[in-house]
Amino acid sequence: MRIDWITKLRDLFQVLAFCLAISALQYAFSPERPYEIGLVYSLLIGIATWAIIDFGRHFFPSSAETGWPTGLWGLALIFLGMVGGFLLGILGSDSWFGWSTWSSGNALRYSILINLLASASAGYYFYSTTKRSVLERQMVEERQHANEARLKLLETQLEPHMLFNTLANLRALIASDAARATDMLDRLIAYLRATLAASRQTSHSLSDEFDRLRDYLELMTVRMGPRLRYALELAPELARLPVPTLLLQPLVENSIQHGLEPKVEGGAITVCARRAGAVLTLEVIDTGVGLPADTNARTGFGLTQVRERLAATFGEQATIDLSPVASGGTRVTLSYPSAA
Amino acid sequence: MSHTAPTALIAEDEPLLAQTLKTELAHAWPALQIVATVGDGASAVQQALQHQPDVLFFDIRMPGLSGLDAAAQLADEWPIESQPFPALVFVTAYDQYAVQAFEAQAVDYLLKPVQAARLQKTVDRIQQVLAHRPGSAAPLEATLVQLRGLLLAEAGAAATTATPLKLIQASSGNHIHLIPVEEVLYFEAADKYVRVMTPGHEYLIRTPLRELLPQLNLQVFWQVHRGTVVRASAIAQVTRDDAGKLWLQLRDSPERLSVSRLYAHLFKAM
Repeated sequence: MRIDWITKLRDLFQVLAFCLAISALQYAFSPERPYEIGLVYSLLIGIATWAIIDFGRHFFPSSAETGWPTGLWGLALIFLGMVGGFLLGILGSDSWFGWSTWSSGNALRYSILINLLASASAGYYFYSTTKRSVLERQMVEERQHANEARLKLLETQLEPHMLFNTLANLRALIASDAARATDMLDRLIAYLRATLAASRQTSHSLSDEFDRLRDYLELMTVRMGPRLRYALELAPELARLPVPTLLLQPLVENSIQHGLEPKVEGGAITVCARRAGAVLTLEVIDTGVGLPADTNARTGFGLTQVRERLAATFGEQATIDLSPVASGGTRVTLSYPSAA
Repeated sequence: MSHTAPTALIAEDEPLLAQTLKTELAHAWPALQIVATVGDGASAVQQALQHQPDVLFFDIRMPGLSGLDAAAQLADEWPIESQPFPALVFVTAYDQYAVQAFEAQAVDYLLKPVQAARLQKTVDRIQQVLAHRPGSAAPLEATLVQLRGLLLAEAGAAATTATPLKLIQASSGNHIHLIPVEEVLYFEAADKYVRVMTPGHEYLIRTPLRELLPQLNLQVFWQVHRGTVVRASAIAQVTRDDAGKLWLQLRDSPERLSVSRLYAHLFKAM
């Protein structure tokens, strides 16, 4: 058991201050009683009650967050503290003054009333400060989580392997083929701009989406040479339909990274869109090595992110489905309602 | 080797980058002859064995076999008696294995885009190594130590949830067999499956070995080959054959398992 003595001392001082306030109030309402009587009773009862509750809580199974006993244990401890502290405090004060409170019905009722009121307000004070510090700690943790998630998302989008390999190719082209280098640089700029903007802009048109995919696939074509072939099929009447920004990007990246890159001879990627009624269906199909046998890869960060964005935007109405292609490769199909 | 021109092999799957490295090397080391340029790990092993170059430039991310795995396989199949193991240089786009740790050691590291000044440093270092090459197994030993470290770092990066495995679940037909992991003699990678051998039984599972490894207690299970992980307590004896290769004889199985050079250090008399 580890006890934080600094906190305990701070709490003790708060209890003392509280007891002094109670005795001062008492004296104000009945100045005919000597101040000393109220002071001693209030201090002894207060300290005994606090000691039983604050030290007693270490002997109960307590919640990791608040450090306080959970459920009924908490209530039982407070009750025990109030009754025990009252008895001990009265006994101590009685022996201090050399009389007995128990024989005087009036004094006893009076003390019980004060004790109840004082305990209730002290209890409320300690409860609310503990709760506030717990909430503050939770808020800090939540903020940290959100920051980590954002950082991870950015690192996935600006995949360092992709970035540095692209730059290495660019460096090679500058000397040998300046025109192609310029074209590649333009595509890299468009890709980076879109990636960074995606966190601010929540949706854009399908034609914008396909343009960004073309930028990315062109960059990859320079790198992979004839090992990568691709087709983007978008009918003109679907071009203006809205789509969450860069929704398909992680799927195309997955196809390249897990489907085509491991394959010595490479392969092809097809991205297409079609609409039936009010449902828009988008597909990313590759001729890569296919889905891994185990299911771990299906919960990768990219796919999870697409799934979560779909769910957040369209709720239950959106679906996403991974399936093997009979001739080898993977097909990802996603659909969501699209009215316009 | 001092009378003939030094030779090198480049393994890089991106054609432009392979070409650039070749051009840069021509500036930094005019005498160096590039005997082959390949685009995947398996070809790298095969071509390296055929040409037996002095220097290898291996990209780490390659289709088929990664650069690290190709180097490990090559270290195992290299005819060490007739030809010293080549100087190894890994080329990678992103520093994920703490590159600094590997400077000035047996295995060198280049970051893409490769820059002329850095390449010159590597070339100087390799020239020194080649000049003082004793023709013994010592450089191979240093290379093996570093390769093991790199492979371990790679496995560690892949391990997301390393909860220790207690039961192997293997399906056959309509059944799923539950095999306590302590009953397993060894795991062996076989094409798309992993064979799980117990005394008297053989099961097939689909979880790849590299995903299985982080979930195994490495005090209990030893990797002895790229595709073999064996329960150490199941090993009865280790034999060295005439070619210097190590073989394991198990207690409860007639099969013999070969130990690759990469893991031969596990077996030393006390």
